[in-house]
Amino acid sequence: MKLIYEKSQRGRRAGRPPRPEGLTPPELPSDLRRESPPRLPELAEPDLVRHFTELSRRNFGIDTGFYPLGSCTMKHNPRVNERLAALPGFRDLHPHQDEDGAQGALRLCWELQEALAEITGLDAVSLQPAAGSQGEITGLMLFRAYFADLGEAEQRRKVVIPDTAHGTNPASVTMAGYELTNVKTDARGNIDVEDLRGKVDEHTAGLMLTNPSTLGLFDENIEEITQIFHGVGALMYYDGANLNAVCGISRPGDMGFDVVHINLHKTFSQPHGGGGPGGGPIAVAKRLEPFLPVPAVVRDGERYRLDYDRPKSIGKVRGFLGPFGVFVRSYAFIRAYGPQLREMSEAAVLNANYLLARLRGAYELPFDRLCMHEFVLSARRQKREHGVTALDVAKRLMDYGFHPPTIYFPLVVPEALMIEPTETEAKETLDEFADAMLAIAREAEEDPELAKTAPHDEVVGRLDEVKAAKRAVVRYSFENHPDLSAEPAGAGIEAPKGA
Amino acid sequence: MSYLALTDADREAMLEAIGVSSVEELFADLPEGVRLRRELDLLPALTEQELTAYFEALAAQNAHVGAELSFLGAGMYDHYVPAIVDAVLQRGELLTAYTPYQPELSQGVLQSIFEYQTAICELTGMDVSNASGYDGTTVAADACFIAKHATGRSKVVVTEATNPQVRQVVKTYAPGFGLEVVEVPHRDGSTDPDELREAATDAACVIFQQPNFFGVLEPAPELATAANDAEALPIAHVDPTSLGVLEAPGNYGCAIAVGEGQPAGNYLSYGGPNYGFLAARTEFIRRMPGRIVGETTDAAGNRGYVLTLQTREQHIRREKATSNITTNQTLLALGGLVYLSWLGPEGLRELGETCMALAEHTKERLGRPLAFAGKPTFKEFAVRVARPAQDVVREARERGVHPGYALGRDYPGLDDVLLVALTERRTPEEIDRLADVLAEVGA
Amino acid sequence: MAAAESYPDDVRYHPEHDWARIEDGEATFGITWFAADALGELVHFEPPEEGATVTKDQAYAEVESVKAVSDVIAPLSGEVLEVNRAVADAPETVNEDPYAGGWLVRVRLSDPSEADALMDVEAYKQHLAEQG
Repeated sequence: MKLIYEKSQRGRRAGRPPRPEGLTPPELPSDLRRESPPRLPELAEPDLVRHFTELSRRNFGIDTGFYPLGSCTMKHNPRVNERLAALPGFRDLHPHQDEDGAQGALRLCWELQEALAEITGLDAVSLQPAAGSQGEITGLMLFRAYFADLGEAEQRRKVVIPDTAHGTNPASVTMAGYELTNVKTDARGNIDVEDLRGKVDEHTAGLMLTNPSTLGLFDENIEEITQIFHGVGALMYYDGANLNAVCGISRPGDMGFDVVHINLHKTFSQPHGGGGPGGGPIAVAKRLEPFLPVPAVVRDGERYRLDYDRPKSIGKVRGFLGPFGVFVRSYAFIRAYGPQLREMSEAAVLNANYLLARLRGAYELPFDRLCMHEFVLSARRQKREHGVTALDVAKRLMDYGFHPPTIYFPLVVPEALMIEPTETEAKETLDEFADAMLAIAREAEEDPELAKTAPHDEVVGRLDEVKAAKRAVVRYSFENHPDLSAEPAGAGIEAPKGA
Repeated sequence: MSYLALTDADREAMLEAIGVSSVEELFADLPEGVRLRRELDLLPALTEQELTAYFEALAAQNAHVGAELSFLGAGMYDHYVPAIVDAVLQRGELLTAYTPYQPELSQGVLQSIFEYQTAICELTGMDVSNASGYDGTTVAADACFIAKHATGRSKVVVTEATNPQVRQVVKTYAPGFGLEVVEVPHRDGSTDPDELREAATDAACVIFQQPNFFGVLEPAPELATAANDAEALPIAHVDPTSLGVLEAPGNYGCAIAVGEGQPAGNYLSYGGPNYGFLAARTEFIRRMPGRIVGETTDAAGNRGYVLTLQTREQHIRREKATSNITTNQTLLALGGLVYLSWLGPEGLRELGETCMALAEHTKERLGRPLAFAGKPTFKEFAVRVARPAQDVVREARERGVHPGYALGRDYPGLDDVLLVALTERRTPEEIDRLADVLAEVGA
Repeated sequence: MAAAESYPDDVRYHPEHDWARIEDGEATFGITWFAADALGELVHFEPPEEGATVTKDQAYAEVESVKAVSDVIAPLSGEVLEVNRAVADAPETVNEDPYAGGWLVRVRLSDPSEADALMDVEAYKQHLAEQG
């Protein structure tokens, strides 16, 4: 397929801005004036529509089929939410509008905050962070502000994370200026409490944990873990990526966490958009409320307003109040369930356990427990006996019409396949996926080449990631654009990740 | 209303296959002490029809730009979003996909990001662009992080004439990055290059905005030179709608260009979601935060696109990552690509010229003293009014017009100054209405 | 084509999978076959400047493959005399020829006695076996 630039023709165009009659622009100082125009695409509308339609047809979304990426919660995105976010009163509202001209928007923000506080079992919420990973770094900034306020900033240098943590967690810890301490996972898939005890002391700022973990397992020792951290005056941060498992069943605040980020694009159905937008609001215990980003959305009787008078606030992590359009969709999703939100999580956990029951014989199961909303299998046996890796299984799944699960994560499981079906899948879909996975396991024994040469029916075969990294062609260069097909292949076409 | 497909028969069959007799048994591992044994205290569930009524009622309480004539700018702008943007962004295969980690199934998203990266490079005159950042504020913080790694220095200089929210976000991230932030004051609405040069000694970078928060055109090439003289990286924070008429930062010595993407293809949406863009010279490619899409081939020689240089990202480098960003703003950046493609280079130039022509006309029509007289502007300008600007805004709004942003909340001494924005959506009749209303409220 | 597994006996080994070939107060450094294999085909080499100081047990460069980026640890201390530009241009040379063509830097040693702390080939192979 051609790039849009390869379809451009000089002089073609689609849009025409207005040119008000009789008005001319002032002349720009010569050193500020654009010398040569940017080489943007030049196409008429019909060809633009075809180009983007063709692109969409070369893509797989939840609307296309089953998309069981672990810890991503690829659930259905309700259509009504798109309509609601596009209401002019939301879509066309300027963020600098006066408070009394934005009461509907402010009330929506406030009600969403209240709902998230109830769901997480905490006291105050900021909707500002734009994504889960931004919520993480905001949470760690809250740690720093809290300890500085107590005069313990210098003392508290370390944050503990388990070896199963999402990759964003260690990066967030570093960006926030903390040192990382890793703690091991035991044979049950819980944090190794003995290992933990030795690593937590008065120099610890806190813990970052997701519960259930990336293994899809609920940490059975969570109460003891809370005591260990609170016992030394440290804080507990909850990565909400796996919140879909426990809504209405167990609340992070009740587990003992002090700060929680919620992924609105995971648990609360904001469409993922090919990689974003998302939303990463944070909920905190009362003692951390003074440090939340400004402005806070508060209610004063019947009015809703923005409170900037927060002298201990960490400041601002993003423009305005955050991704408001995401709030509209997420709040609509929550209102669709109401107090019965636990049905969502129960169905998510039921679907995952059913799939696990169907697959556990054919693939290795590193932790033999009931799972929560996701589970991890290993393709280690297939690799050892037939040379078929998790990567190969993933590519072969494409031939069966499914998006693969997450592979090679968490790092503690070799040849990992991390599967999260979510609650919006029908039983027949789960059965079709299970049948495909079982078929691939059989194929690994009988005809391993099928998986190793997969996918067979997509618009491209396996892509040479070594060549991509070496050549680093990250833009179209018009007359100077290289022809990469003429260059030698890299040694590892899509090398399996995970060192 | 729920989105579940499971029937009672399904549940029964599934529980049996799992080997438990109830869903409650699936939660047996959870300690009793952390179980919620009551229903969540949330507002009642609504059907789709009820949801629509409830949300329409909330939306109706908001004075949006269709209900109240608006000259508000100050970082986000009421530009016309063409219908094709909506149509593309509602394609389910793009809307409901996630990060393209399986490239064979994601060539649509990957190629569109590659095309977006190219467009941003063309606009800014830079060599490499990432796949988007959260918004125009966080990309400024990202750029500081690049500068710190590249220069080894930890001082960041930012002009006072840069958007207050951008400055505030940079300052919020600074302590964690080990950065010290220093501001250079504006002098009558713009920045003095010599003052900047002096402040930039031992700085990792200098951030300036073009056009700046006041709508004034800074002496940008001289500011970049001043930063380069001090061996600090010049970072320009630019308006994408201006880059059809204003010179690209890459062409006057900048190392990095960042900005707020909203004016190019996103609705206002009360502040988000939107996208930030970040582009830089080639030498910084391995320090760029966020995702980058690269071109490659498959075994048959077919051209394809993949996420590349991912070792910089959080999931492989772990604690050495250049940032922790994962989910970014892909769909909104796609909106930007569609918009810029719809305009093309001619359209972008015409857009800039129309905004400037309308702004100039408005200055004349209002006939009031400019706060920064004699300084060239783009699509916004600061005008002095005869009463506190906040009062003018309130009373003008009672007459159905929002006349602009009251600068006094961010800048001392400017309580009687309004920042008035003119996008191509404003007409001469609307400008007449603004003039009339300002006269009525004694501004 | 990546090289076959090998551990020559004319170099000394550092536990972080780096080697040093020492001659007359100077040494050449590189990474072992084990490190190159674990990383996969290298796509980038970020060398130090000529004249820079390198310190035993500390990182002096970075190498990058598709799956990971890794610090390269200095087995000995000294001053960088020369950087291998051929590897900077074609990083995969390290995978093809880790101990000769894939050398990374040449250094004038500041304290040759540091070499006593390095392992010989047998000790390094033992170290690899223990890692599992």
